[in-house]
Amino acid sequence: MANAQKSETNNHRLLKSNNSSSKKNEGRGKFLVFTSAVIVIIATIAITVFLGYKGIRTFFVYDVSLWNFLTTTGWDGTENSGAFAFIFGSFAVTFLAALFAAPLGIGSAIFMTEIAKKWGQKFLQPVIEILVGIPSVVYGLIGVTVIVPLIRNHVGGLGFSLLAGMIVVGVMILPTITSISADAIKAIPSDIKDASYGLGATRWQTIYKVIIPAALPSLMTAIVLGMARAFGEALAVQMVIGNVKGLPESLLDSAATLTSIITLDMPHTTYGSVHNSLLWSLGLILLIMSYVFIIIIRFVSSRRKI
Amino acid sequence: MKSFKRLALLFALMLVVGVLAACGGSSDEEDTGSEDEGTEEEGASGEIVVGGSSAMQPLVAAAAETFMEENPDAQIDVQGGGSGTGLSEVAAGNFDIGNADYFAESKEDIDAEELVDHKVAVVGMTAAAHPEVGVEDLSMEDLKAIFMGEITNWSEVGGADQEITLVNRPDGSGTRATFNEFALDGETPAEGITEDSSNRVQQIINETPGAVGYLSFAYFEGNDDTIPLGIDGVEPTSENVETGEFPVWAYQHSYTNGEPEGLTKEFLDYMMSDEVQSSIVPDQGYIASTNMEVERDAEGNESEVE
Repeated sequence: MANAQKSETNNHRLLKSNNSSSKKNEGRGKFLVFTSAVIVIIATIAITVFLGYKGIRTFFVYDVSLWNFLTTTGWDGTENSGAFAFIFGSFAVTFLAALFAAPLGIGSAIFMTEIAKKWGQKFLQPVIEILVGIPSVVYGLIGVTVIVPLIRNHVGGLGFSLLAGMIVVGVMILPTITSISADAIKAIPSDIKDASYGLGATRWQTIYKVIIPAALPSLMTAIVLGMARAFGEALAVQMVIGNVKGLPESLLDSAATLTSIITLDMPHTTYGSVHNSLLWSLGLILLIMSYVFIIIIRFVSSRRKI
Repeated sequence: MKSFKRLALLFALMLVVGVLAACGGSSDEEDTGSEDEGTEEEGASGEIVVGGSSAMQPLVAAAAETFMEENPDAQIDVQGGGSGTGLSEVAAGNFDIGNADYFAESKEDIDAEELVDHKVAVVGMTAAAHPEVGVEDLSMEDLKAIFMGEITNWSEVGGADQEITLVNRPDGSGTRATFNEFALDGETPAEGITEDSSNRVQQIINETPGAVGYLSFAYFEGNDDTIPLGIDGVEPTSENVETGEFPVWAYQHSYTNGEPEGLTKEFLDYMMSDEVQSSIVPDQGYIASTNMEVERDAEGNESEVE
């Protein structure tokens, strides 16, 4: 087949002979790519519909009041369960982790791209890439064996706390924030920087007044993406947060998140029970929140000027 | 062009393999069901899936291993998943045997009538405390007060001046249900740290001063990580459970959907045989159900064995 094609190309003009087979290839390629896209879209829709169906059952089949479910605390796997403590816990961990990771991440991104370009790209970048690749269970283990006792012995409380969750998740999302921020800063045209230097601005003035404002929408995207990851993180959080089903009163109190309750309770429920349905509803909240994060990212990136 | 063709071929192959694997998976499951019935006469050959309670998994896995050594043609697949999963899957026909720490009757969503109960072992449980709390025995009243959050310091029950930290299992956990019913008179314990496995509970009690939780007897053997607390002066030993003096114990149930047949029946007979009941069962820290001098029904009523 290949030989025949070769001799053909030798005898005829290149364009003419290849015409039919390249058209065929075009068609095949288009079909393949199109199929991939359709499968991905179907999967997304299927997950949304399935989770929606399972999550909504709680409110229609078991007559749980949506308002009570979202605003009250007290979780016992019955119709009276309220998920507010977990919603609060998830948001608390997410925002605290972002508060901790965003300055560090953006700071190291600036260092890597503006201050120590060579050194930064050679060493810092691989270090951050390694951080991305570490599985969350490892972060959880380190959290349980190092951070939890550290907090217990030097700060107070049990150690299993919001603070421990915030640190572990913060470190987990740090590389996400750093690498996206670094890309964003690198994408800023050097003309702008040169202009700033040309006007006599120092390096710090340039970073502070030019680079950060110019990259701000992308930096926000980096932070929101990090937060989305923090919100969905289950394993590492579950290992260090203590999974107490009440509202935490301080950073040193144990708490629980939507994800940690799902992984804790799911094996003990029977399919179709109230308890099981309630957990699906928690999953639906997670899905809705991830849509919200995506919408925020879309909105923020649409404001990008450069 | 050629490389694109190869790529296309690769994609197509991957798709085909994926689809085949998906189809193969589902037809496999259907096969196992029918195979069991066919192998009745040949004896110990074929394949069954056993799953559910993670507390029972080591026991069933150990028994399955020796059973398969004796019957090389038999394949017994032992999975975990939790008691709820075990009951749901056996009711749905996906597991041949579903293991649970509690009576199927206690779950409203399971049609207990269809399931046949095989009580393969008994497990004793008691409160487990940090080694330095200075208490080795509690009255049932004090135990209740501790877990209800009314007593908050070990000095109130004659122990060290150390605040009490509760470590719970998730709602729906068999261990939690048993402890609540027989050690706390059906009361629900106050909120505390919640952990999804007994191993983690053991570890946390060991690491946290003043912590108390509940574990099955097997977790106290061969280590001083946690100390088992006696209740009302009765030591938590297998002998005291067998005579009915120590109240906190539960059956380890293996449920089948309808009367067992073929390999399923043979394996369950093997589980109840002296070989397993007098060696593997005690070795794994359980109590042989054949040694019990008292029995209990699904409502928790206790009576003497004739």
